[in-house]
Amino acid sequence: MSTATERDEVVKEPSMLKQKEMIADNYDRLTRAQELGLKVSSTYVPGNLNELVMCFDMLNNLPEINAIQNGMRKKSGGLIMDAEKMGHSEDVCTYVKADIGNMAKGAIAPNGKPMPVPDLLLLSYTGCFTFMKWFELLRDQYGCRTVMLHVPYEGDGKITQNMRDYVVKQLKEEVIPTFEEVSGVKFDIDRLREYLRKSAEAEDNFVWVLESAKSKPSPIDAYFGGVFYIGPIFTAFRGTDDAVEYYEILRKEIEGRLAAGEGPVTPEGDMSEEKYRLVVEGPPNWTSFRDFWKMFYDEGAVVVASTYTKVGGVYDYDGFRHDPDKPLESLADYCLGCYTNRNLPTRVDMIESYIDQYEADGFLVNSIKSCNSFSAGQLMMMREVEKRTGKPAAFIETDLVDPRYFSPANVKNRLESYFQMIEQKRRGGGPPARAA
Amino acid sequence: MRKVSEIVEFCQELCEDLTFAAAREWKDAEPGRKVVGYMPVYVPRELIHAGGMLPLGILGGGDNLEVIHGDAYYQSYICRIPRSTVELAVTKRLDFVDGMLFPSICDVIRNLSGMWKMMFPEVYTRYFDVPQNYKDEIGGNYYEHELMELKQGLEGVCGRKIGDDDLRRSIAVYNENRRLVNAVYDFRTREPWKAPSWEVYLLIRAGMVLPVEAHSQLIEEYLAAAEAEDRPMRDNCRIILQGSFCEQPPLNLIKSIELAGCYIVDDDYMLVTRWLLEDVPSDGDPIRNLAQAFIKHSTETAAKYEPDGARKGKYLVDAVRTRAAEGVIFAAPSFCDPALAGRNIRRHHQTVG
Repeated sequence: MSTATERDEVVKEPSMLKQKEMIADNYDRLTRAQELGLKVSSTYVPGNLNELVMCFDMLNNLPEINAIQNGMRKKSGGLIMDAEKMGHSEDVCTYVKADIGNMAKGAIAPNGKPMPVPDLLLLSYTGCFTFMKWFELLRDQYGCRTVMLHVPYEGDGKITQNMRDYVVKQLKEEVIPTFEEVSGVKFDIDRLREYLRKSAEAEDNFVWVLESAKSKPSPIDAYFGGVFYIGPIFTAFRGTDDAVEYYEILRKEIEGRLAAGEGPVTPEGDMSEEKYRLVVEGPPNWTSFRDFWKMFYDEGAVVVASTYTKVGGVYDYDGFRHDPDKPLESLADYCLGCYTNRNLPTRVDMIESYIDQYEADGFLVNSIKSCNSFSAGQLMMMREVEKRTGKPAAFIETDLVDPRYFSPANVKNRLESYFQMIEQKRRGGGPPARAA
Repeated sequence: MRKVSEIVEFCQELCEDLTFAAAREWKDAEPGRKVVGYMPVYVPRELIHAGGMLPLGILGGGDNLEVIHGDAYYQSYICRIPRSTVELAVTKRLDFVDGMLFPSICDVIRNLSGMWKMMFPEVYTRYFDVPQNYKDEIGGNYYEHELMELKQGLEGVCGRKIGDDDLRRSIAVYNENRRLVNAVYDFRTREPWKAPSWEVYLLIRAGMVLPVEAHSQLIEEYLAAAEAEDRPMRDNCRIILQGSFCEQPPLNLIKSIELAGCYIVDDDYMLVTRWLLEDVPSDGDPIRNLAQAFIKHSTETAAKYEPDGARKGKYLVDAVRTRAAEGVIFAAPSFCDPALAGRNIRRHHQTVG
């Protein structure tokens, strides 16, 4: 394997090539939906019902993924400013504004072709109030059929039977009949079971990959690398053969890295030395994603666990899997259990367990201006985690897709100081004692 | 009978009192009394009242509170109401509150419920979710169960069972209060020069800290005094103010708008007092009645899903007509996602409506 210093071009592993092909094919089908006679449903990543959407031969379009794509391609800044010129407040989520701005420019997909007008807005969202407002804006714009799936919040840190029944009832009496009407396809629960079985298969391998980071050195970066690993399972591929295959390929790669004692792959090759093991809370910045990542791997910092990779489903912490024997209940539990739908005490417990299990050196919060669902309360979470684990914590602030809120010098400075803080703790005689 | 100025002065003192002396006095008047706080936008206060407890509206610290500790809990881009509420709590201004309810309004208030659980584990704390589905067998059924869970939680605070008859009585008391609040709004619509909005605001706000019976009496007193008072009619324009359904504006903002030549003929302040649009039946199953009132007859606001896109914002168009308004001012607090994200739709509907 080559190292970061030996080559500059982006390393492409087979799993990356597979995912790239899957994404390109998906955008191709989306942008040719009319020509192919396919109907399109728009929905969100957290709590997305991909298996159900597929039961109706419909395609699943995810607006926040489109916003991320535009962020990574450095296009979102202009789109956000366009939306602001249209009267959208500076204070509103930048995913929403990037999407609205993109719509005003013809809703261009990453392949350069226009996105279809959705046939159905599936307002299935979990853990984010703004999603509801976002789809109201889209509904207003498109005037297409809309169906809401309201997922209650786990305010007391658990799923109650009332919550589960409510979600299942909505699926049975609202969501499924609407899909049948729009698609003209009758719902077949056995078809759903088969997709869910494939989901669970992929989820097993996905969790194995995440948990490989318990090894030292970690063969993966569970935040920057993690956002690629979550790609298929969080989006339009869960329940497909492609996703099953992707996670098999990925697992084999990671098994190989583990056997060879290798660290994570970075955009500049293998990371040579693991100096710091971190747990990270919050989404990444997308507009300067690669620069942001570089600030970590240049310093030998590896993220061994992250909460962002749980936003579209928590599969590791309490072992949830989609269950073909309880198809609708399992979809309900999936929606209810996504990370930001869990209350703050649960989120703190989760982070504490990651720090313990992954033997992390510290905890870092990347607080996102656009995302109150993640961000409100993070300062307190940070203090609580620090108190419980005795590990040093740090806080940086960026944004999702608004480049105006990514200040590289500030972030780099903060991170360098933080790594020094971890070093100092180490020099002080090993890990600090746990707080009582 | 007190004059308008005396009533308003009394209400202003209540509004500006960040020690919540009135609620503390109520609690101290009899041993075993309990106070349950709630944040915007809606909780069924009838359930708290039926347990013999005082529902206390917590609307943050307002512009008279210097936030010092609260800023350590929130980043700069998060709105002020949670940080000033935390400030109130950590400075022990809420140390007499036995329970706190955080309604489903936005992600910030939602997450504050979890913070409260961690900060004050001895206080009964509940995130109060409401359905975004309004069908009897779906959202209605879910909400009835949620109300039952809330009732059980509140029984733990007051230390006794809340019976159906207790609840029916409380429903009747709150029906009366809503009728009176609506009467004030209607009075202001008819003769806005006799009921300036800064007075109406303070009058309704008094209901956040007073027992509901005392508040109803206060409103009756105000209505009689305001009707009797001779005030000049001005050539002001009639406007509706929208966007402050959660964090409340500084009183001086309301006064400034009025001084600038506006009669505010409708607003969305303290919606909890007008959330239910019809009386809740005070006979039959009280939990079911409260649930039905919510799903069938509750007001539209940014925190609530409107299934019919064509009806979105219609309430505002209707309000412009029924209140004979000449314009709408959208005045949302900074960083308020629900108010700001929905502003363009409401503005659009308002323009075309």
